Amino acid sequence: MSASQPLLQVEDLHIALSTDAGSFPAVEGVSFEIARGETVGLVGESGCGKSITALSIMGLLKPPLGLAGGRIRLTGQEIQNLPAAELRSLRGKRIAMIFQEPMTALNPLKPVGRQIAEMFVLHQGASWREAEQKAVEALTQVKVPAPGRRAKDYPHQLSGGMRQRVMIAIALACEPDLLIADEPTTALDVTVQAEIVDLMKELCAARGTAILMISHDLGLVTDICRRVCVMYAGRIVEQQDSEQIFNHPQHPYTQGLVASLPRLGMRAQHGRRKLMEIAGVVPGITAYPGGCRFNPRCSRATEICVKVVPELEALGDGSLVRCHHHG
Amino acid sequence: MVDQALLSIEDLAVHFPIGGGLFSKPQMLRAVDGVTLSIKPGESLGLVGESGCGKSTLALSVLGLVDATRGRVMLDGKAVGSEADRLEVARTVQMVFQDPYASLNPRQTVRRTLADPLRLHGVTNGGEVADRVAEMLRQVGLRPDQADLYPHEFSGGQRQRIGIARALILKPKLVICDEPVSALDVSIRAQIINLLLELQAEMGLSYLMISHDLGVVEHMSDRVAVMYLGRIVETGGWREIFEQPRHPYTRALIAAIPDPLTRGLAREKARGEIPSPLNPPPGCTFNPRCPHATDHCRSAPPVLSPVEEGHLVSCWRAEEFAKVPA
Repeated sequence: MSASQPLLQVEDLHIALSTDAGSFPAVEGVSFEIARGETVGLVGESGCGKSITALSIMGLLKPPLGLAGGRIRLTGQEIQNLPAAELRSLRGKRIAMIFQEPMTALNPLKPVGRQIAEMFVLHQGASWREAEQKAVEALTQVKVPAPGRRAKDYPHQLSGGMRQRVMIAIALACEPDLLIADEPTTALDVTVQAEIVDLMKELCAARGTAILMISHDLGLVTDICRRVCVMYAGRIVEQQDSEQIFNHPQHPYTQGLVASLPRLGMRAQHGRRKLMEIAGVVPGITAYPGGCRFNPRCSRATEICVKVVPELEALGDGSLVRCHHHG
Repeated sequence: MVDQALLSIEDLAVHFPIGGGLFSKPQMLRAVDGVTLSIKPGESLGLVGESGCGKSTLALSVLGLVDATRGRVMLDGKAVGSEADRLEVARTVQMVFQDPYASLNPRQTVRRTLADPLRLHGVTNGGEVADRVAEMLRQVGLRPDQADLYPHEFSGGQRQRIGIARALILKPKLVICDEPVSALDVSIRAQIINLLLELQAEMGLSYLMISHDLGVVEHMSDRVAVMYLGRIVETGGWREIFEQPRHPYTRALIAAIPDPLTRGLAREKARGEIPSPLNPPPGCTFNPRCPHATDHCRSAPPVLSPVEEGHLVSCWRAEEFAKVPA
C-alpha cells in the first residue's frame, strides 16, 4: 500500500431502487475519494441519494435498494462484494457510522457502557471486565460528565446530546480509519449541535480519522469538511473546496441554494432583499427528467440540457462541476 | 402604549402539574414563567429559543388553547382565555404549523379545508365561499382549479401554501408561524419565506415568527425576543439583537451557527444542555451554561431591564458586555 493511496475510493457507484413498476436509478455514477484523515461532505436535499451512498459504503443497503454497479475500495481493496462475515469485521473496526437519531441507533435495553464495551469484546477480543473499563475511558474522551456513573445508565436516561456522545464513543472505540456521520446533529438543539460538532472535529483530528459527513446543511458541512460534494437527484453535480463553495459556487443548483438561504448577517449588510427562489420542486425518483436532472428548474437550461447528460468536468482548481453552462 | 398593541402579553405564566399521586404532590413545570411581550399592527416579532424553552406553549396561550396560571394575554383589546369568544379569537389570530404533512387533513380536499372556517364564521353563500377560496388560492400561488385535490397530491412546499391559505382565509390580524419552513426542502424554503413577506405587506398582517433558525428570524422580523427556560432573556430590534447581542445565551446561539458569514460575529459557545424546566437552577437560569457566571448569578435571578431604548436584557453583567465584542 503506497502512502498516496486514498483511504476510500468510490467509483461510478450505481444504486437501483426496484419496484413493481420497474427499476429506478437512485444513485447514478457517483465517484469520490477520501484520503487518510481527510474530511469530505456530501450535501443534498432529502431523496438525493446521499444517505444510501453512505449505506452502500457500509454494505448496509437493503431491498428494494441494491448496488447496481461500481466499485468501493478501502485502501485499495474492493469491499462492495465482500461476504457478510468479512463486512461485519470491517464495520466498527475500520469504518464506523453515526446516525441522526441516537435513540433509535442505541439498544434501549442495555446500559450504554455495555454497548460501548461490546466494541472492544467483538473487535479486539477483550474480556468484558477489561472492556467495561475501556468504555468508561471512552465516555471520558467524549466528555460525558461522571462517566463511571453514566456507563450504567440506559439510553432513555440520557439527553439527546449525551446519547450522541455515546454514539461517537461507540463509533470511535476501535479507532476506525473512516467515520461516516449521517446528519449527526439534526435532532439536536443548535447550541448542543455546536458542541457535538466541535467534539467530532477534535477527536477525529487527534486520531487521524477521516470523516464522510452527510447533511442537508451546507454551512454545517463546510464547517467540518475540507471538501464538499453536492448531490442532486442521484448525481454529484459539484465538488468544491469548502472555502470556495459559498463564494464561488459553480453549478446553478448550488448557486441557487447559496442565494436562497437567509443567512444571519445578510440583512445588516445589504438590507432586506427578496430571497432568490429555485423554481419548481425536487423531482421524485420515478420521474427524473432526461439530460441534466436540474434542467426543469434551471434558468440557464437550453436544448442540450434536456437531451445530453453533462459530464462531471474538472475546472483546473480541483473543483468539479456537472453542467453544460457552469460558472 | 398598551392600546396601540395588537397583541399584548403581560406577565404571563403557564404552569403544568406533572406526576403526583394519592400521597405525593405534583411537580410544577413552569413552561412559561413571567413573559411580557407586545406586537403592534403590521409588525413581526421573531421568537427564538431551543426546544423546551416554552415558545410553543406561549403560542398556544395566545391562541387561547391553554389557560394562563398568572398574567394575561390581550388580543386587540380583549382578553384571551377560557371565557373569551373562541370564534372571535379565531378571527383575530391564526397559526401556520411546522409540518405541512401532519397539519392537513388527508381526507379533505383543499376546498373543504378552506371553506369550513368560512362557513363556521357565517359566510354561507355558496358563490361567495367559492370566490373567496379561489382568491385565497391565487394569493398563495396555487391555481383555483387545484381546490378539489387532496393534500397527498401536492408537494411539501405546496402543502405549506395550503396551510398558509387556511390560516389567512378568515383575514386574521395576527398569524403565528411556528417554524414555517424547517420541515421543507432547503430549495423550497425561499419560496415560502418570500410568500409570507408578500402576504404580510398585502394584508397588513402581524407575525409572531417562532424559529430556531436565526437567519430566517433576522430576515423576517422587526423585533426579536430570545426565550430561555420559560423567560425572555433578551428582546430588542433585529439589528440590536443580532449586531449587539448582550445576553450570553443570545451570543451562544449566534456562535453556534455553522456559517462562514457569521464566524467572528460571536465566539462564546454555551456549555452543556438546557436543564429541565421541572428543576431550573437557582439565580439566573442560564448560569450553569454561561461562561461569565459569577456567584451572584448563581444566587439571584436577574430582571429584564433596558440597556438602550427598546433593548431589554436579563443579565447581571449586561452593562459589561456593552462595548466588548462578543
